Amino acid sequence: MNHADANADQLAALKAGARDRSRASTWALLALLGALFVWSYQGSEIDLGMLFSADGGGAIAEYVERLFPPDLSAKVVADAVEGAWETLAISLIGTLLSVVIALSLAFFGSRNLVYAGLLYEMESRRHLVLLRRIPYLAAKAILNFLRTIPEMLWALVFVFLVGLGPFPGVLALGVHTGGVLGKLFAEVLEDVDLQPVESLQSTGAGKIQILFYAILPQVLPQFISYTLYRWEVNIRVAAVLGFVGAGGLGQRIHIALSLFLEQQLLTLLIALYVLVTGVDYLSAYLRRRVV
Amino acid sequence: MNSTPRTLGSRSIFPYVFGGLFLLVLADSWRRAEVDPGIFFEAEGREHLWRFVTGMYPPELSWDFLELMVRPTLETIQISVMGTLIAVLIGFPLGLLATSTFSFQGILHESEYRGFGPRHAFKVCLYGLARGLLSLFRCIPEFVWAFMFVRAVGLGPFPGVLAIGVAYGGMLGKVYSEIFESVNERPLEAIQSTGAGRLQIFFYGWFPQVLPNITSYTLYRWECAVRTSAILGLVGAGGIGQQIEISIRMFNFHEVTTLLIILFSLVAGADYVSAKVRSLL
Repeated sequence: MNHADANADQLAALKAGARDRSRASTWALLALLGALFVWSYQGSEIDLGMLFSADGGGAIAEYVERLFPPDLSAKVVADAVEGAWETLAISLIGTLLSVVIALSLAFFGSRNLVYAGLLYEMESRRHLVLLRRIPYLAAKAILNFLRTIPEMLWALVFVFLVGLGPFPGVLALGVHTGGVLGKLFAEVLEDVDLQPVESLQSTGAGKIQILFYAILPQVLPQFISYTLYRWEVNIRVAAVLGFVGAGGLGQRIHIALSLFLEQQLLTLLIALYVLVTGVDYLSAYLRRRVV
Repeated sequence: MNSTPRTLGSRSIFPYVFGGLFLLVLADSWRRAEVDPGIFFEAEGREHLWRFVTGMYPPELSWDFLELMVRPTLETIQISVMGTLIAVLIGFPLGLLATSTFSFQGILHESEYRGFGPRHAFKVCLYGLARGLLSLFRCIPEFVWAFMFVRAVGLGPFPGVLAIGVAYGGMLGKVYSEIFESVNERPLEAIQSTGAGRLQIFFYGWFPQVLPNITSYTLYRWECAVRTSAILGLVGAGGIGQQIEISIRMFNFHEVTTLLIILFSLVAGADYVSAKVRSLL
């Protein structure tokens, strides 16, 4: 056996070993997944039999039957339209607030703008660079905090703080989405193409000039596109914030559900569907147009 | 307005029309949303804010309370796992039917029909039905689903599982079908040219292509499900959401802090696990 053959054998053995190991880890993963499912099945009191039994299935069928026909009397429709407008307003102002929050934090939350990379490679004062990590870490922590608490919980908090109505809904959307957009914006800023930055730097441009002429033009389309995407998400969220007292369609849906006004509920759900679909189309159109 | 893209530099009234409309809608929205930042500076608002912020510290860490929270916390995980499983069971078949290249055109069917037979029409109908169902499932928010299921099957984690299953089933189905549509046809053709049947094409050419993408998207949705199942409790569908609502309504803000810490760790844990699994793929 010559040297090359020995090497090939070794390689084959190694590969076989790796395959065995990856197969073993796949099986282990699947077993773990199975155990997880069994544990979850028991814990979540699932009773599919009940769902498909004459009793449970009948209850659902009866419920669906009661939804029809939708209540299309002028009063109910006007109320649904009013609610839809309010939801749209909450989502718009909430998204606007979130952009303000995101923009004020995102620049501090991206490493390449605050302390690392090309912009700072000439910085000789190491302690200054270390100090600059503080705003970065602070911005990241705030964004994390805002993002982790779901909109619904923010809404509960703000309802307590400012009272019932659409305003707490706006604040809840703005604060949570601000955290989400801030993170996305910061990631976009960190992924910026360095060539324009470098060429501007070589002309002697300052950091502010680089920000405005090399970085912002690159990231703006993505900022807008992310904002539009989050607006689509927010219109859906705004529609349910009313469940905890934050106005809009959700409040009316909650009332209709609680008072067993099924036919009004269907009208409201139709309004919700129209609103959400409309916003989706508008946002897709704008994204094509702007980006 | 025409929809053809304009070249750079050509003048368009689009920005002005939309800008004006946007400002109008924004002004109207501002009024409708009853925006009033002044509330925070009035005596009452300040007092509420102060009470809330000071009340949150220190977190409630007594053993009794923590012990009571173990069950809802585990329940939240269980709801998210079962909900995602049901969502996959709903989303995968519907997603398949809602894929045009799978249900009525493209390589899997090209040997079968020429023209527009009744079988073909049936398949197109199925396709439309699946799309409609998926769109219905995902357009009604989880909260509304949860509320309706609480009505149908009673309080507890089960309605939460169903709500996540149905709403996320709609979302998964839509994204699955987008992944399915973008499958590369070449390997399928190669397999077909060896004389393989439809099932063989499906399992050897098609499935391996989509598996990584759908797994990774499903994992992402599971992360979202953890978050969602934690708050579905607000309408009585189990998990720690119910506890959070009780604590806020009872003004026990130090308990809220503890619950938020639990929620934070749950979400971070889910992030970690799903990143880990994704790196194994």
